[in-house]
Amino acid sequence: MIEFKLLGIGVLSWMVFLPVLGMIVLLLMPKSAEKYLKYITVGFTSVMVVLAIVMMTIYDPSKAGINSLAGFQFVEKLNWIDIPAYLWDGRIKIEYFLGVDGISFPMVLLTALISLIGAIASFSVKRNEKGYYTMYLFLVSGMMGVFVALDFFLFFVFWEIMLLPMYFLIGIWGGERREYAAIKFFLYTFFGSAFILVVMIGLYFSSKDPETGLHTFNMLTLMDPRTLPADSLFGMLNETWRLLAFVSLFIGFAIKVPAFPFHTWLPDAHVEAPTAISVILAGVLLKMGTYGMLRISWSIFPDGAKYFMVPIAIIAAINIIYGALCAMAQKDFKKLIAYSSISHMGYVMLGMASLTAIGISGAVFQMFNHGTITAVLFLSVGVIYDRAHTRGLNDFGGLANKMPKYFAVLIVAFFASIGLPGLSAFISETFIFIGGFTNHFIRVVAIISMLGIILNAAYVLWTIQRLFFGTLPEKWNGLTDISARELISTVPLLVIVVVLGIFPSYMLDLMKSSVNLLVNFIWGIN
Amino acid sequence: MLEQTLNSLSGFLPETVLIVSMVVCIILDLILRKKSAVVSVAGIIGIAVSGYFAWLQLGAKSILFSGMVVVDPYSVFFKLLIGLSTIFVIIFAMFSKEMKESTHKNEYVYLMTAMTLGAYLMASSVNMLMMYLSLETVSLSSYVLAGYTKKIKRSSESAMKYIIYGAASSGIMIYGISLLYGFTGTLNIYETSIFLSRLNPASEPVLIISLIMILAGFGYKISSVPFHFWTPDVYEGAPIPVTGFLAVTSSAAGFSVLIRFITNSFLAGNLVQNGQYVVIPGVNWKEIMIVLSVASMILGNFTAVWQSSVKRMLAYSSIAQGGYIMLGLTVANQQGVAAMLIYLMAYLFMNLGAFFVLILIANKLDTDELIGMKGLGYKAPVICVGMGVFMFALSGVPTTAGFIGKFYLFTALIESKLVWLALVGLMNAVVSLFFYIKVLKYMFLMKPEEGNTQKLKFGAGAYIVMFALVIPTMVFGIYFTPLVRLAEYSISMFGFR
Repeated sequence: MIEFKLLGIGVLSWMVFLPVLGMIVLLLMPKSAEKYLKYITVGFTSVMVVLAIVMMTIYDPSKAGINSLAGFQFVEKLNWIDIPAYLWDGRIKIEYFLGVDGISFPMVLLTALISLIGAIASFSVKRNEKGYYTMYLFLVSGMMGVFVALDFFLFFVFWEIMLLPMYFLIGIWGGERREYAAIKFFLYTFFGSAFILVVMIGLYFSSKDPETGLHTFNMLTLMDPRTLPADSLFGMLNETWRLLAFVSLFIGFAIKVPAFPFHTWLPDAHVEAPTAISVILAGVLLKMGTYGMLRISWSIFPDGAKYFMVPIAIIAAINIIYGALCAMAQKDFKKLIAYSSISHMGYVMLGMASLTAIGISGAVFQMFNHGTITAVLFLSVGVIYDRAHTRGLNDFGGLANKMPKYFAVLIVAFFASIGLPGLSAFISETFIFIGGFTNHFIRVVAIISMLGIILNAAYVLWTIQRLFFGTLPEKWNGLTDISARELISTVPLLVIVVVLGIFPSYMLDLMKSSVNLLVNFIWGIN
Repeated sequence: MLEQTLNSLSGFLPETVLIVSMVVCIILDLILRKKSAVVSVAGIIGIAVSGYFAWLQLGAKSILFSGMVVVDPYSVFFKLLIGLSTIFVIIFAMFSKEMKESTHKNEYVYLMTAMTLGAYLMASSVNMLMMYLSLETVSLSSYVLAGYTKKIKRSSESAMKYIIYGAASSGIMIYGISLLYGFTGTLNIYETSIFLSRLNPASEPVLIISLIMILAGFGYKISSVPFHFWTPDVYEGAPIPVTGFLAVTSSAAGFSVLIRFITNSFLAGNLVQNGQYVVIPGVNWKEIMIVLSVASMILGNFTAVWQSSVKRMLAYSSIAQGGYIMLGLTVANQQGVAAMLIYLMAYLFMNLGAFFVLILIANKLDTDELIGMKGLGYKAPVICVGMGVFMFALSGVPTTAGFIGKFYLFTALIESKLVWLALVGLMNAVVSLFFYIKVLKYMFLMKPEEGNTQKLKFGAGAYIVMFALVIPTMVFGIYFTPLVRLAEYSISMFGFR
């Protein structure tokens, strides 16, 4: 078993609770040290990145995880709540159970990376910095927790806890309609979590650990068909209750993705959020939805995933095409990127709906790529907004000569987002479509969704044209090019995009065995 | 008879201590002749000592005063809960400007002690007449306390409304009891249950009528819809510590007697099968409970959304919270009751906390309107973060005790296959989040008005009391083993297990 401990505490606990430690440090800082707060935040998130890199060197890609404890790495398993109780059927047991496998590990890397980038991008925040960075680190802790938790209860706690800082980050440091956007985001997600909670409790009472005979929240045990006896609520495959549970979970996760028709919170939240928070939102938060689907819906209810394969693919196709069409209609740069996120998350869902190894690898890879690419795009929006105080695409033109370095950064990010060969998103999108074609149930849907690629190229090229070509309006003569700090936050991401475009195997190898096992598991359950 | 009464006295020690401390407080007040913390402290010590004696009774099961009251873990649990919350409320009153400025001296201390006595008896009585009398003891002192600041018009008005509603509903209740007595010939709930279980089928309409009438009395105490009409006005008019008392202590006492009455009297025999209460056919009170609870949740939450006064909003939210707690009765099993007890414990800390922060704010701003709290988070950050914790706890966000309470309630529902009811409850939690978070919106998301940005200062005492409420709210959200164990231990009522 692969372990990595510092001071006797496992590395995953460090990843989750290092930001909390950072919060405490920030709160203890005296008022006079206000200007150092951002460096402390960057310091803590850099340590997370370093830990993530160390983890990557130790990580053994041949281990699959998914439903076997032995396949998980950096596992930490402790009893959190353990009460012998004659009510609640003998015993209440909730574990502090963390671990990563090929599906969660890319997300852990992404979270660490985007957290650091977000912290650097936060330097432009000038108001009430102590509150901001405290909330920021709180958010990072919650996100990391979601990706490493393997106990459903623990997962749910992280899933919910991360809403609180997000509400304040959008609501206090956001744009004009921030209050509306913040509450909309919170209510939507809280609404979705209600559905997740119901299924979680239902699963708990249906389950019977084959070894101990007790109810369990342990996700790995829940995946074992023996855990859900035939006479329990979720015991019979393809029966109404199981399918309802799948739908219920799907709604809960789809709100986070966001899948059509639950997507309306996203443009508001993105437009109003400060740049760094948009980066986090698009880069990491949306992936929590698709990750939750793979980790919980697909694995615990594989029959549901097979049963609803086509409807999910159709929702994905709507996301892709509708998102792209909406993006095309936007005049606000940030809103355009927000809608393009909806479109790109549609690809992820399509890949997952294909239930093939190649499609799901593509989906997980796309989750990572979308995280890096969209982060650069939102950072670029921030760059222009900080200078011009407007995001209206029609207000600009001819920036290519005025801001050549900015042009270079943005053009790479934009082409990556289209899926230009040689850049990372090309690989993931191709995999997703190959997956879609391989599964003959959703082949037609996949073909229709390919329209999205054309639309995607159309709005991106049109945006480039509106921003960079033509003549520069008089009023923008004073614009300065992208600064060193902004380059530091964008260029590393672009390097990753290019490297993964040429050597995708770095990432694909990480997830290969896990995805294969997952697919075999899903099709093996009948 | 006399011998039995004398023997019962030893089991009646907590109540005796309360009576003594009440008398001591009155005498102290007479001697001191001015507002003084001494009386409050004496009252707190009295309640603490009685709580200690109640703690010593934990585990005992005995019947006192020829079947009037019992001592069992269930009653001890509520005595501790009631005692603790009263102590908090007396401390609140010491902080409250409203109470200090009233023309009275220290009357509230012994009025609250008297209410505690009534509430203790509510938790332990097994005789319907005793239930009624103890309920009236609590009510009579509450009427006086609601009108405590008599110079303020809305306070007097609220006391008046409270009396009228109280009189009407207790009248209905005693009529229901007399109907039931006429039918069964006994006032003891265990004997009632034995009598009723012999009727087969027990579909006498008089049973349903008397049950609903009796519920009017209990429903009034826990401010459940449709007996809630007094709640918003009284909560708004009464001084905030009293409001806190009514919302937490008084309603906890109401729940204690409601649970005991309903789970002992209308059962097929005095039995529990696999933790499931066997309800007598014909009087299916589960459905009545579902109606009351859903109505309370929906009305409470949807009305709270529109309130501009935080105090009034908390009044409606208390109605809704009462609805959540009642969900535990709809499943009619031990798990449900245990979940109710867990929720009540969480509710004590989070709701009292919300009222305490409101007292602190009202002391400084002389208002409980939302609009006055604009940007307060920048003027009094610690207090407002505390308010944030309580608001999130009340709406049921994880890592707060409120989530654990809701979790166990919904767990009980889902295990009994009442998934739809759990979903109704959860959707209500989503709605409630909207107005709870509105308070935070005013505090943090809005900026203070120009020229009004100096920080508000609070004494160390205020912070200590607030953290005494914040810490349990947070800790029990993360480590809830003690809550669950205590609740499970305490559901054992006299006659059960």
